[in-house]
Amino acid sequence: MKSFKPILGAVSGLALMLGAVSAQAEVLFWSTQAQPVEETQKMRDEVVAGFEAGVDYQAPESGPWLTRAQAELSAGSGAVGVLGGLHGDLTAVRGGLADLSDIDISAIPAELAALGKLDTEQQKYIPWMQATFLMVANKKALAYLPEGADLNALTYDQLIDWAKAMAEGEGGPKFGFPAGPKGLKHRFFQGFLLPSYTGSTVNEFRSAEAEEAWGKFRELWQYANPASTNYNFMQEQLVNDEVWLTFDHIARISEAFNTRPDDFVAFPVPAGPKGRGFMTVVAGMGVPETAPDMAEAKALIDYMLKPETQLATLRATNFYPVVSVDMPDDVPASVKASGPAIATMTAAEDALPVLLPMGMGDLNGQFNQVYVDTFEQIILAGREIRPTLEQQAEALRALMDEAQAPCWLPDAPSEGACPVN
Amino acid sequence: MPRYIPYLLLLPATVFLIIFFLYPFTQVAIESFTSNGSWSLANFQKASSHWKFGEAFKNTMLLAALVVPIQLAMSLTMATVVQKLQKGRSAILYIFAIPLGISDLAAGLIWLSIFEQSGFLNSILVNMGLIEKPILYLSYQSPWVILFAIMLAEIWRATAIMMVILVAGLGLIPREYGEAAEVFGATRWQRFYKVTLPMLRPSLQTALILRVILAFEVFAVVIALGGTQMPVLMSETFNWQFNLQDRGVAAAYAMVILAVSVVFTLIILRALHVPKEARS
Repeated sequence: MKSFKPILGAVSGLALMLGAVSAQAEVLFWSTQAQPVEETQKMRDEVVAGFEAGVDYQAPESGPWLTRAQAELSAGSGAVGVLGGLHGDLTAVRGGLADLSDIDISAIPAELAALGKLDTEQQKYIPWMQATFLMVANKKALAYLPEGADLNALTYDQLIDWAKAMAEGEGGPKFGFPAGPKGLKHRFFQGFLLPSYTGSTVNEFRSAEAEEAWGKFRELWQYANPASTNYNFMQEQLVNDEVWLTFDHIARISEAFNTRPDDFVAFPVPAGPKGRGFMTVVAGMGVPETAPDMAEAKALIDYMLKPETQLATLRATNFYPVVSVDMPDDVPASVKASGPAIATMTAAEDALPVLLPMGMGDLNGQFNQVYVDTFEQIILAGREIRPTLEQQAEALRALMDEAQAPCWLPDAPSEGACPVN
Repeated sequence: MPRYIPYLLLLPATVFLIIFFLYPFTQVAIESFTSNGSWSLANFQKASSHWKFGEAFKNTMLLAALVVPIQLAMSLTMATVVQKLQKGRSAILYIFAIPLGISDLAAGLIWLSIFEQSGFLNSILVNMGLIEKPILYLSYQSPWVILFAIMLAEIWRATAIMMVILVAGLGLIPREYGEAAEVFGATRWQRFYKVTLPMLRPSLQTALILRVILAFEVFAVVIALGGTQMPVLMSETFNWQFNLQDRGVAAAYAMVILAVSVVFTLIILRALHVPKEARS
């Protein structure tokens, strides 16, 4: 063996020298996902590290993400190999995405794969991972669960009673809501609260039912910790016991389960008169037409879809696989806890699945802002519900007209722009 | 010396300004007044019809109106103190100027670590037994506390820049004027009010213009301490550009900030008018 050492040394030296050169062959994975720095690092070390050509995984904020993607597309050349993002992110660069129809996606469920066509004939992006939102409670909160309430089939009224009982019993609000600047509050209104009362995200925005929904949320808000407007990720507040009951994206509550696995329960979101509205989040991978090496980019997507890579992604990000995989026993506590809750929620009799906004392009942010503005005016500024809804409905209508976006689930398909009644 | 040398020396700075200031500025200006490729005021309409515009405008003006006068008084006092010192003058000057070296975001974060629910202020009060459990200061329910915290951070961070200008200005005033006034029996206050202050006008003008413009551009401190709960013009510009992806409206906001800055600069120039004969 000894005699090999100098050779090995020389080879590793050469490898180091070539490192600088081969770095250029790395695929730049430009993604809005796995943004917290710990997750980004896990993506690099545990997920993409196995790809032979090497991957430079970068997770910018969605603003800079879009700016660069658009800049490269309009310049006609670029360095980004694979674009990773949520359905809505990728919709914003739809025109510049290459056709990926030649990638084998037979393992992905057809309705999921169809989302990646972005209303075209081509496969514009390949589904990458999926997630949703759940409720989480500290086990101490269960003592306050209203009588007769089933954790797996909760209603909004029961949630309000629960939060109220807790606030009174503990001498302070124990319900928390991610209303911080980076909290996913808009998703709650779009995909959970409003559909549960109106059966719609856009059409019935200013209906009497929507008015009722906001009224209910205002009731609930009385028992919410006022620091909620600073909460971005609910896991921190769960771990330090500031909050006992909350709602958030599964990726944003996972640390609570992973640090104190025995203290929390995950369960389905509540239901309203129109059903149990819940939003499914789909992230995908697209290849910009300006990718420096198209074949390598597609190979990376292939690699990301392997069952073992999908499992590694799940561990790194708490986003669930898009292909069916056998869950090993050693998955993190958060996966063990949220898996059954998701299954119960999606299989519930009154389940009302809602998709992420579609076809809004770069108006996506303004679309979300309509819901955030409604929340800030009605709940935080205490304005009247009816006039606020009227005014925001006009803003929403103008956006839908500008984007010419047809309706998506749960709103019925529309010819042309999705109407605001 | 050849006559072109001065122009040659000015060339790099000029080129720099044209490329990195004038060119983007023109682009932003054009962007704000165009919509779908034709001239229009649509961006300004969209900006001003949003419910946060009034709020942001009001907050920005309020902050400037509250912060700048306090800073003016403080920086004048600090400059006079430094000026009067016989010993350790530079040491004190350096200490006063320390916040100048801290970025505004860092300054905001420092004050956030004080006012946060789990921050220094609460832990001190809890440990001293003055309060039972941490109080939530920076809450949407108490916007005045957020405003107060932002004021504190701004005053702490940006008073030094005015002080430095005023110290330089004070150094330019010949001692003879003060001494002459003293001979005629002027009190300390009279000397300050009747001799120093008028002589300090050019520096005051510079310091005020600089500070007022910076006050209209306040951003990172507000974001750090208030999040989205205290919108100001600059944070809304950022929001429209990056979160709402509407460059036209963001450009319109930038133009509003520019207009406000120009108006206030003119007001200050007029109010602290320095007669031509008095300019050195």
